[in-house]
Amino acid sequence: MEPKNKAVAASKRAAENASPYGFDTLQVHAGTAPDPTTGARSTPIYQTTAYVFEDADQAASLFNLQSFGNIYTRLTNPTTAVLEQKVAALENARAATAVASGHASQAVAFHMLMNPGDHIVSSSKLYGGSITQLGVSFKRFDWHTTFVDPDDIKGFADAITPKTKAIYAESLSNPGGVVCDIEALAEIAHKAGIPLIIDNTMASPYLCRPIEWGADIVLHSATKFLGGHGNSMGGVIVDSGKFDWGQNDKFPHLSQPSPAYHGLTFWETFGDMAFAVACRAISLRDLGPAISPFNAFMILTGMETLSLRMRKHCDNALAIAEFLSKHPKVAWVSYAGLKGDRYHALAQKYLPKGAGSVFTFGLKGGYEAGLKFVDTVEIFSHLANVGDTRSLVIHPASTTHRQLTPEQREAAGAGDNVIRLSIGIEDVNDLIKDIDKALNAA
Amino acid sequence: MTTATLEKIDHENYSDDYIRSILRKVNVIAMVGASANWNRPSYFAMKYLQQKGYRVIPVNPKEAGKEILGERAYAALTDIPVKVDMVDCFRASEAIPPIAEDAIKIGAKVLWMQLGVRNDEAARKAEAAGLQVVMNRCPKIEYGRLSQEIGWMGVNTRVINSKRQRRI
Repeated sequence: MEPKNKAVAASKRAAENASPYGFDTLQVHAGTAPDPTTGARSTPIYQTTAYVFEDADQAASLFNLQSFGNIYTRLTNPTTAVLEQKVAALENARAATAVASGHASQAVAFHMLMNPGDHIVSSSKLYGGSITQLGVSFKRFDWHTTFVDPDDIKGFADAITPKTKAIYAESLSNPGGVVCDIEALAEIAHKAGIPLIIDNTMASPYLCRPIEWGADIVLHSATKFLGGHGNSMGGVIVDSGKFDWGQNDKFPHLSQPSPAYHGLTFWETFGDMAFAVACRAISLRDLGPAISPFNAFMILTGMETLSLRMRKHCDNALAIAEFLSKHPKVAWVSYAGLKGDRYHALAQKYLPKGAGSVFTFGLKGGYEAGLKFVDTVEIFSHLANVGDTRSLVIHPASTTHRQLTPEQREAAGAGDNVIRLSIGIEDVNDLIKDIDKALNAA
Repeated sequence: MTTATLEKIDHENYSDDYIRSILRKVNVIAMVGASANWNRPSYFAMKYLQQKGYRVIPVNPKEAGKEILGERAYAALTDIPVKVDMVDCFRASEAIPPIAEDAIKIGAKVLWMQLGVRNDEAARKAEAAGLQVVMNRCPKIEYGRLSQEIGWMGVNTRVINSKRQRRI
């Protein structure tokens, strides 16, 4: 007696997410509205753990997911909901679920897709912490990952097994400046009946919207460019609403009655928002990595200037990459925004407004020169983060990749001579002077 | 520049104004395929619409004469003794034509087909008889979206609002 052919429904509704408003309007207004009770125009910080029920019947409806409303801040919070709607709108998606960090977004999203024994095919060019999470920690859940070089598109298809539940990649990878061919990966994933998941942290939706190239799920470390000010941790899971979870029997947590909700079937009940709702109602509920409302407030406030910051980040980064590429102390620069870079063509396709502001370069002087460089800079901060208003620098070989052998460091793109920069939004001439002085000392 | 004729409805992309006008004007909804089982989507939708002030009358031959959520269920639309404004169909697309005929017969103003349900032929006939038609949508989701309530679940409502009032 229930509607059939949900797949047709999902694909027909895909175009519907597109907003009549421009990006700069959405980043300010999407998800926000004046507080109906007080008239407060800025989003209030709802610093509360729980919410009073109207009556016993309303409480039951909320617990059954029959009504929209708040129960407990581990599940939903009105401040966090503004962040979620803003990210969903900017990514041109159906819905989003915010969590405590980018790592939590990966744990929650994969928890909704995977069973013990299942498999992920992932790009090998991921943030180092993600390689450890997928490659080492996920193994303890009996979830297995095959890493494939993103330059080897066919390698992704070859690595898929009947147990594979997703293809995973970063749109713009950290730190290597590698640009993934999202459209090609989407085709491979969809042929196998599995979703393509893209970590869009380094690009942000201002530079790249992976869903428009076929990605089904987008993840963010909102700690980076979305928040943008290096002051709050957060992560977001974005559901395009386009994937048909009922097309095969690979995703029983979505397409079959859920024992965690007395036999409710998420795909049938929530249609094109099923994944986002299930991430919240099952994985976030039961794993528990909720974002604090205060952090959500800081991040959504930062997002109101996302496009302004990204334009400055990219302009500064390109000017600095060009300066470095001509400097006598520099061996090489890996920035997809540079003409002649091996990823320049892919960057033109997927990131036409700019290739981001995180990239690496090589010092002719090697390990000791790297140490001297990070000790000499005065504006750049030597720390392990990216996507801040402030310019940041790290020498991976002596810090984040210190435990590896020289051969392993080289393979990870963290050789002795490598410096990673995250270019901020300061005056570019000051940044260039700071770098020039440190290069001449190195 | 305005015309007196009915606007041609694009059934791929309904405007917010079109959906809003329907949800504002209807009071009594007949829900064809309403289930008595609490974890079925139709039960969710019926309960939500009742909370928003609509009267929802279940139509389901298996439940005829029994009550669902406090409302007596009927075997067919033509058995309902009160005036029905909108017919909401929780049935497969191919089952829609006779429901559409009954909707016309009982003088309903709106024929609504749920998410995943679409029958263009039935829609054309209903529109020719003066009914407004919505296909492949859920009134609960649309009400929640336009009132921005569904935003509490992180759903992109596509609504921008600088007013204190939340209304559909």
